[in-house]
Amino acid sequence: MASCVRLRSVLPSLMSSVAISQSSEVQPCFGHPWMPGSQHYRAFSTHPILCSSSLGNSSAADKVSVHFVNQDGVKITTAVTEGESLLDVVIKKNLDISGFGACEGTLACSTCHLILDENIYEKLDPMVDEEMDMLDLAYGITKTSRLGCQVCVQKWMDGMTVQVPQEIKDMRNAVGSAGSQ
Amino acid sequence: MNTSRVFVFKQLKSLLRVKCSSAAPSNDLRRLTSTPGSCPKVCVVGGGPAGFYTAQHLLKAHPAVQVDIYERLPIPFGLVRFGVAPDHPEVKNVINTFTQTAQHERCSFHGNVNVGKDVSVQELQQAYHAVVLSYGAEGNRSLGVPGENLSGVYSAKDFVGWYNGLPSNKDLKADLRSETAVILGQGNVALDVARILLSPLDILKKTDITQPALEALAASRVRRVLIVGRRGPLQVACTIKELREMVNLPGTKPEMVTAEFQGIAEALKDLPRPRKRLTELMLKAAQGSCEGGGAEKRWGFRFLRSPVEILPAPDVSRAAGIRLGINRLEGSGEGARAVPTGEVEDVECGLIISSIGYQSLPIDPAVPFDPRKAIIPNRMGRVQEAAGLYCSGWVKRGPTGVIATTMNDSFDTARSLIQDMETGELDISTAKMGSQAVAPLLLKRGVSPVSFSDWEKIDTEEMKRGKAAGKPREKMLDVAEMLKAAHA
Repeated sequence: MASCVRLRSVLPSLMSSVAISQSSEVQPCFGHPWMPGSQHYRAFSTHPILCSSSLGNSSAADKVSVHFVNQDGVKITTAVTEGESLLDVVIKKNLDISGFGACEGTLACSTCHLILDENIYEKLDPMVDEEMDMLDLAYGITKTSRLGCQVCVQKWMDGMTVQVPQEIKDMRNAVGSAGSQ
Repeated sequence: MNTSRVFVFKQLKSLLRVKCSSAAPSNDLRRLTSTPGSCPKVCVVGGGPAGFYTAQHLLKAHPAVQVDIYERLPIPFGLVRFGVAPDHPEVKNVINTFTQTAQHERCSFHGNVNVGKDVSVQELQQAYHAVVLSYGAEGNRSLGVPGENLSGVYSAKDFVGWYNGLPSNKDLKADLRSETAVILGQGNVALDVARILLSPLDILKKTDITQPALEALAASRVRRVLIVGRRGPLQVACTIKELREMVNLPGTKPEMVTAEFQGIAEALKDLPRPRKRLTELMLKAAQGSCEGGGAEKRWGFRFLRSPVEILPAPDVSRAAGIRLGINRLEGSGEGARAVPTGEVEDVECGLIISSIGYQSLPIDPAVPFDPRKAIIPNRMGRVQEAAGLYCSGWVKRGPTGVIATTMNDSFDTARSLIQDMETGELDISTAKMGSQAVAPLLLKRGVSPVSFSDWEKIDTEEMKRGKAAGKPREKMLDVAEMLKAAHA
């Protein structure tokens, strides 16, 4: 049965950087596949949350249904393997969320910022400092915001909705509108 | 309808190839009927994050647009390579997504082409339907004080460029003989410089910092770094991650002036969370300060100080100290203003790094430029009074923000461009030659562009040299060497 393993970073972030540059070739990679066919598969090194998907065949693994609402308000429903992070899902399923996961899950940006349902948010383990540090820089943070790379999907989250923050809407959104210039 | 748009990979091109004459209809592209044989062609000037993110969004949003990225250096990625600190490799992960963009079948990279000198913007406008200026900010804001040109005084842009291998900063010759270094400015760049000056060599030697910088830092006598700002603790521009790295930096100890934090603890409760956490951490560091003795290396903030003059050593033309004017604060919060009191204090130091901001420069007479704001005047990325010209990144909004800020900004510009194609504001009905018109001009002028696969040869060689040295890469430091490897 898959379990979501959380590792609190015990080293100061600077020492984490040492680990990254030291061991860029030899890294176990849990649940962070890059886009299929890409020539730039990267093995990721230290990050506080390691989501381990169940080993073995994915058809036997529990599937959790998650609804993503993207920056244009479009709802995308997808089946997620228990244990994957929300970033993993967006990348693997190539969901239409622009600019998601720029730092590839290494807590160096806030582009995987997602707004969760309150009842889901409250049941999650509290954020480590490093996540909050980056989340604090995100646009449009709410009381139920988390970074997608730090949230591992579990069975009890079945049917949840996660939302990408809506951008500042401006006149440009109406094609051909008079105010567009 | 499939709401999930598919980004076109090389492998899928045979399934998803769209002929220019029959653009696939979709809700967004209903107005984009082009005449047979014409594909919209867009030129992006600048191969850094702004250029790449703009290209990425254009390629995704339009099934037939061809995007050509021109870059002055032989190599791509701009500040991701030359600005991000060597000990922040994870921030450079965006290079992977840029690489995918460059390898897209409708995208091509042309390095070693200096727009404004090798080819004019007007010539690019003749060859392309639209030109996007994404060339960033290569200049500095000057301090405007006497002694600024003394040896031992550097802009943070040049200092960072030096340890990151920017060819134009190769000959910087950083003078690290003085015990105290003063950094003017309290943003993330200032903290990066402080951290690199004081980091243990054991950490730095495993990064992609350049070999000359590593050697200079190994011989450095700098033991104390003061990070000086005009205003108070509640106005620092740095963010908590970088501050945390300083607080946790091995072999160092914070050294702050507790009097400068008067009233700050009381103000905490009214602050929004990001500022509150940052200030709490700063207070914690200030309270843990020891005055003198203790750890070998020390760093600290100094507040309410503005540079008035850089003081020369008596016998040579190098810096020996800095005269700082003392300020008081008027107002509070982000809008607080520093007002000089007339008092000054002198700090002995032989290394002064001014980290008060980058600045864009005009590139070509055909491109409007606002010298006061040092940006290209624009509305939502559309250059004012210049049809067919767009801009993204720092040259559009000013030199602040992280990569993700530039990403969103670039997507906004791309959306403006796409919208203009849809409405006809941007005329794409006539065929344009694109790079086929530019290539003969470059050839005639003796310019040999570097393609993306040429860059990959440079990349491979750098990584190979790095492996031998226990580093992710050993960067090439001059353009001639890069061109040699590119055309090998």
